[in-house]
Amino acid sequence: MPPLTRWFIKTSFVYLILSLFVGVTLGAQLIWNFPPASINLTPTYFHLLAEGWITMLIIGVVFWMFPKFSLQQPRRSLRLGWASYILLNLGLLMRLISEPAITSMNNTFPLWGILLTLAALLQWLGGMAFVFNTWARVKEK
Amino acid sequence: MPRLSTWFVRASLLYLALGFSLGALMLANKAWQFSPSIWKLLPVHSEVLLLGWFVQLAVGVAYWILPRISGTNPRGNPRLVWLAFWLINLGIALAIFEAFTPLGGLLLAGRLIQLAGVLAFVIGSWVRVKSFGS
Repeated sequence: MPPLTRWFIKTSFVYLILSLFVGVTLGAQLIWNFPPASINLTPTYFHLLAEGWITMLIIGVVFWMFPKFSLQQPRRSLRLGWASYILLNLGLLMRLISEPAITSMNNTFPLWGILLTLAALLQWLGGMAFVFNTWARVKEK
Repeated sequence: MPRLSTWFVRASLLYLALGFSLGALMLANKAWQFSPSIWKLLPVHSEVLLLGWFVQLAVGVAYWILPRISGTNPRGNPRLVWLAFWLINLGIALAIFEAFTPLGGLLLAGRLIQLAGVLAFVIGSWVRVKSFGS
């Protein structure tokens, strides 16, 4: 399995563990109101699971197993592949911090807004890099 | 990869692009609140990513790599799985339109059609889930 695939899959395992920790926190929040209910961790939980775990696991396996693009570039652009890894992860990590922060602070601190916007942009670019790099590998033999 | 899988996988990539775009828009809206009506996109975002991306990618890859059976149709009944492709995509489209029209019942119709599509896929692929050589 190529190095990029190993990075994607191991990272996805870490997000899986993290998402269940957040799940536990959500359960605790219901009982003790700690962390306080104004900190909304539900979107964090969903995106750790759906983006961090499932999507990154899929991307890692797709990069590894999909039909070869060409003899010279079996996995098409390595650079785009790594770009999608870095962009998706930076974007996801930035949102993990800024999304609960902005909901609990009622957007009084402009840094969180900038960080959240940047998180949106980076995740989007990472997704597009993956789609673009994969598109031409989806083909009949 | 068989042609039917390329259709499922390409559709799933398009839905991934759409779902990420809607998500990015809503996330930025959380920061700047350009318009409260952007929140109407939330059910579209989850429909597109759960059914459009995850389900269709899984179905497309399953049709490609599950064990093949002997006989004229090694990948099960292709007509049934093509039907699954059209039903699932029609169902997603109808469910999406629920968010943009005052018509009720589109979500229900879309979900029923998705269910029929998934049933067609499962029935068409059931016999392919077997041990090697059997």
